[in-house]
Amino acid sequence: MQITVEKRLEVWYNIMLIDAKQLGFAELNEKIRRAGSDCLIKQCCGQRFIAAGMNGVSVTIDGIPGNALGAYLNGAEITTRGNAQDAVGDTMNAGRIVVHGNIGDAPGYAMRGGEIYVKGNAGYRAGIHMKEYKEKKPVIVIGGRAGSFLGEYQAGGLIIVLGLHTDGKPIVGNFPGAGMHGGKMVLRGSVGGIDFPGQTSVREATEDDIEEFAPFITNYCALFGCKADEILGEKFTVVTPDSKNPYKQMYVAN
Amino acid sequence: MSLNYITPEFEIKRNYDRCISCRVCERQCANEAHIYDEDSKIMLADESKCVDCQRCVSLCPTHALKIVKNECAFRENANWQSDTIKEIYKQASSGGVLLSSMGNPKPLPVYWDKMLVNASQVTNPPIDPLREPMETKVFLGKKPSRPERNADGSLKTDLPPQLELSMPVMFSAMSYGSISYNAHESLARAAAELGIYYNTGEGGLHEDFYAYGPNTIVQVASGRFGVHEGYLSAGAAIEIKMGQGAKPGIGGHLPGTKIVGDVSRTRMIPEGSDAISPAPHHDIYSIEDLRQLVYSLKEATQYKKPVIVKVAAVHNIAAIASGIARSGADIIAIDGFRGGTGAAPTRIRDNVGIPIELALAAVDQRLRDEGIRNDVSLVVGGSIRCASDVVKAIALGADACYVATAALLALGCHLCRTCQTGKCNWGIATQRPELVKRLNPNIGRERLVNLMTAWKHEIKELMGGMGINSIETLRGNRLMLRGINMTEKELEILGISHAGE
Repeated sequence: MQITVEKRLEVWYNIMLIDAKQLGFAELNEKIRRAGSDCLIKQCCGQRFIAAGMNGVSVTIDGIPGNALGAYLNGAEITTRGNAQDAVGDTMNAGRIVVHGNIGDAPGYAMRGGEIYVKGNAGYRAGIHMKEYKEKKPVIVIGGRAGSFLGEYQAGGLIIVLGLHTDGKPIVGNFPGAGMHGGKMVLRGSVGGIDFPGQTSVREATEDDIEEFAPFITNYCALFGCKADEILGEKFTVVTPDSKNPYKQMYVAN
Repeated sequence: MSLNYITPEFEIKRNYDRCISCRVCERQCANEAHIYDEDSKIMLADESKCVDCQRCVSLCPTHALKIVKNECAFRENANWQSDTIKEIYKQASSGGVLLSSMGNPKPLPVYWDKMLVNASQVTNPPIDPLREPMETKVFLGKKPSRPERNADGSLKTDLPPQLELSMPVMFSAMSYGSISYNAHESLARAAAELGIYYNTGEGGLHEDFYAYGPNTIVQVASGRFGVHEGYLSAGAAIEIKMGQGAKPGIGGHLPGTKIVGDVSRTRMIPEGSDAISPAPHHDIYSIEDLRQLVYSLKEATQYKKPVIVKVAAVHNIAAIASGIARSGADIIAIDGFRGGTGAAPTRIRDNVGIPIELALAAVDQRLRDEGIRNDVSLVVGGSIRCASDVVKAIALGADACYVATAALLALGCHLCRTCQTGKCNWGIATQRPELVKRLNPNIGRERLVNLMTAWKHEIKELMGGMGINSIETLRGNRLMLRGINMTEKELEILGISHAGE
């Protein structure tokens, strides 16, 4: 008797194989919910909202997921073996998203918790309006470079950009930290020529900083197979806001 | 300190024959306008701090107090009126953007007051709501345009999710943070008792109020404060806030001084940090993008909740609403330019946006013309002040109304319009514990229930007079309205005839 790959995954590893070909996003999510176990999605082709709001499952994706991958994610784990598109982890609360490629615009918009690891580059507005409250701190690690408006309105959390890209472009685009009023941004290597807005402080990482962000770089290296010692050996720049009340002086009561 | 050019706006008139120097006024005034003079044992006042909230007047045991407009006036000038002059002084001394609270106070037209309601006379009988059943229940959500049947000929009865309202009024969005815990508790409990809904605004949902989830609309706005899976699932519906009538086109900003304790925890930002809601949603640049947010919320809640998209009434609102109706939203909420706010730049509040009456008429007509009116319900707000405003809105084409200022007035608000200071003496727009406890949520709930019960009776009486016994048959029934003191163009946009026609 022929034992199919699907059957083997399901019986031996308790992983449900879902063929996403010709499936709409609602049907695909329904299959993930019904699986009640970890899933491997094959032939993913732009379906949006994969695993939106989910917890308790691990989803691995072959192919390219569409926008808003893992929106409102509440504890589930998502691994995508290729690139991801816009709004990954929008308003994510907990869990982990791993992207073995590049990522589109606005990843981690208003993220409240959990971790996003991107092997390659990120588009515009990564980590926009990230938040934190006490021990709940979201983290985004971008292996390559980030586009303009990195950490715009950042209110909390940690954004790390490693600059492992090789195309010679700067590690971030224009206006990083515009409107930033909380949290921390960490950039590896040279930040010469990058204009940071007036309300931010830019300084070299201290030992305390390194102690805080090193574990996430170690995670990155474990996920994508690189050497943490080599990466951590480089100089790091830390960007923080000067004020958590940026508009305090702007108004007069009428 | 430089010379202050601004004379106090109000005069505190204290009748010393009645004043017993009990110091109640001093204790009640968070603005510290009343001062007790230890030497002379009499009460004095610093009128520059008075905002005319009437708290001291209401609590003075001997009725010794009166707050009146300061008669001290600039030389009369029809062009340079005193408010304009004072605003210049304020900006010249501070360099600041003028910040105001509550709705637009300018004398712009109120079209509700220019519309008159019909009544039945000889040819069709009015109905007495005291004796005959009257239906004020409405359902909000997508409706099928025509009956559909299954293969076996039976009627398809599965509808998209609906909100059921016992009367066509809901409490509109006010965040926990902009208003107090006790104000939110009053609204939540009143909504549950009345069989209607209240709205969290963009401040998250305090854990104590999850119990009122079946009567709660949870809001998702550009700052995404307090949004997570549990919050989305807790509410009966989800509202995406794109805009607000009091400040179209700009975001919100709750100052760090109000981000304390539970407000900080509910919003999930550190204490003392400003809560900034950016002007745009940074993932929405088109109707297609809006559709993406609508569907991400539907996916996260498994299509069990209707999604509302709230926009401010602005130019081209009809085209905007048409786009929203096609984005997958179940309900469109439109907020007119007289809507309230906890804080908005004065210039924006007073000059941006259009009246809700015109916006509603234009949107309803456009959706009908395009054959998509049944795809969405319409909810309108932006200064719905009384039961006749509700009836006129329904007749113009609304499914239901949002009220907020009226609800705050029921809770004790005196419209002093200084919410932005956080020193609300009535315990509503404040987070100071000693002020918050002045609003008793048991009494607050009761007063809100009283107000809405009274409106419901009045709505029934107005309907009965028209010979209509179900609010559904009033919706979009513009023949029940006539205009007075309006131009041809205004009548044309409202789609009504002039009185006498």
